[in-house]
Amino acid sequence: MSTGNGVLVRVEDVHRTFWRGAEQIDVLSNLHLEVPRGEFLALMGPSGSGKTTLLNLIGGLDRPTSGSVEVAGERIDRMSNRRLAAWRARHVGFIFQFYNLLPVLTAERNVELPLLLTHLSKSERRRHVETALHVVGLTDRSGHFPRTLSGGEQQRTGIARAIVTDPTLLLCDEPTGDLDRKSGDEILGLLQALNREHGKTIIMVTHDPHASARATRTVYLDKGRLSAEKPE
Amino acid sequence: MRFLGLIWSNLKRRKLRTSLTLLSIFVAFLLFGLLCAIKEAFTAGITLAGVDRLIVRHKVSLIMDLPVTYGPRMERIPGVVSAVPFVWFNGIYQNEPKNFFATMAVPPAPFLDLYRECVLPEDQKQAWLNTRTGAIIGRTLAERFKWKIGDRIPLTSPIWPNKEGGAWEFDVVGIFDGANKGTDTSGMYFRYDYLDEGRAYGEGLVGWYGARVSDPEQAAAVAKAIDAEFANSPYETKAEPEGAFVQGFIQQIGNIKTILLAILSAVFFTILLVAGNTMAQAVRERTEELGVLKALGFRDGLLLALVLVESGVMAAVGGLAGLGVAWLITARGSPVPAMLPVFYLPTRSLLIGLGLVFALGFAAGVLPALQAMRLPVALALRRHV
Repeated sequence: MSTGNGVLVRVEDVHRTFWRGAEQIDVLSNLHLEVPRGEFLALMGPSGSGKTTLLNLIGGLDRPTSGSVEVAGERIDRMSNRRLAAWRARHVGFIFQFYNLLPVLTAERNVELPLLLTHLSKSERRRHVETALHVVGLTDRSGHFPRTLSGGEQQRTGIARAIVTDPTLLLCDEPTGDLDRKSGDEILGLLQALNREHGKTIIMVTHDPHASARATRTVYLDKGRLSAEKPE
Repeated sequence: MRFLGLIWSNLKRRKLRTSLTLLSIFVAFLLFGLLCAIKEAFTAGITLAGVDRLIVRHKVSLIMDLPVTYGPRMERIPGVVSAVPFVWFNGIYQNEPKNFFATMAVPPAPFLDLYRECVLPEDQKQAWLNTRTGAIIGRTLAERFKWKIGDRIPLTSPIWPNKEGGAWEFDVVGIFDGANKGTDTSGMYFRYDYLDEGRAYGEGLVGWYGARVSDPEQAAAVAKAIDAEFANSPYETKAEPEGAFVQGFIQQIGNIKTILLAILSAVFFTILLVAGNTMAQAVRERTEELGVLKALGFRDGLLLALVLVESGVMAAVGGLAGLGVAWLITARGSPVPAMLPVFYLPTRSLLIGLGLVFALGFAAGVLPALQAMRLPVALALRRHV
């Protein structure tokens, strides 16, 4: 995966409109965004400003009403659902606010989930899972079910699941929003390490200025428009 | 194979709910198996009825007798190969009404020639021909009372008391097996001449005739000719193909097939609702997780397959266990041999049961599976918020 000028994500003239009955809601309007490879971008804004919608568009979970979304040179807004699913499996790791682990699976089985879509053998999958859990420092809790893990441990499991396929792009939606300050700091430190030491490009949606301070750049989204400055 | 762990974990998610659903499916298929065996018990006679055999009885009722002289007269009618008299004896062992079983007096050689599905070794056949008090018993009856060749069996009959007023004595000279699985081997046959000479009254009378015709396609015409032969006599007859006779006999109880079909349909519809509701509930409560799987790259078709397989596994585990237990129960033989002498689960019914297992799995899973497949991923992930 490569793109010209070192830009990994390019969002151009994107509009996203939702309909609530007869009412049209323009969540994103005329939006432009470029994210260079290797950047740790924080995306801030008030509730309902469209942060998660933008993240979903970049992650191929949603499609723009108009405009283009290009990731690593590929127009993901034009892909079929089937191709988009395969693309997500290969190139994107998602980290959610509420961890979104499957409660019936142990930590290691949760981390293994994305690998089930690959051609790796069982032993290869196990090796990848061990590596991912080692990176997030959760090797000793690998056999535990989510309900027996703390919030911080669950989020670390979520991060291990996001990185286990070695994706190009990590998309984090309020990754510390459900954690106390100490656990949140640990998670942010982990994301920073993934960015600095492993070269992962990270886009993180957050409300928290303390979290955005860890990013290399912060952009603000308000009323569907992006700016580099925090709006008044 | 790599997704089996995920499917299994989902089935274990709500153990009580899964167990109760499995139990209901198990009971449904157990019931299916047993009802099929009961249906077979009632209809085996129709299925195995000889196409070249007629039953000739009194026109008014089966309980009214016919003269033994009708036999030779019938054999003179073109198309009739042989006419064999039968007398219902209603034998009871040890004066215990529960020890009742089918007992009939017949002439040995013509009977064995007419009912070739009663397989008797040649030496035992000769013994029967040579022993006036001789009787042959079916394998099921022999096992029921632990009788063996050489045993002397005293039987009483509420219909035919003997001249001495005591029990009739019979010598077991042969044990016959059925040529087919559905052949009734729960009865006993003894010699007509022994009965006729020993009974206190009714000499020269028989209950009905079994007649073999030379051309099965002419059976209806031959039956008509027999009835015409005895028209306007004190003993008018009603001749009909054996299958029709057995069916008419069964229908005195009711339309068994329709009754069983109605019960099975009601049971299956209920089970389908239970299993379908369980699957739908399981998918509904996992909406967010399905969204996560989609976000991770699980394709719509894969999710459809996973939900369908989950439903299929549930139907297969419960259904196969139910069919298996039904098969084991029926393999042990009839629990009431006097009432249901033929009692087994036919292969045909097992195959239909297997088909129903898959149909149940599919029908219960298809709507929740489609629901999971069509779920917009962004919407599913927002459920938590």
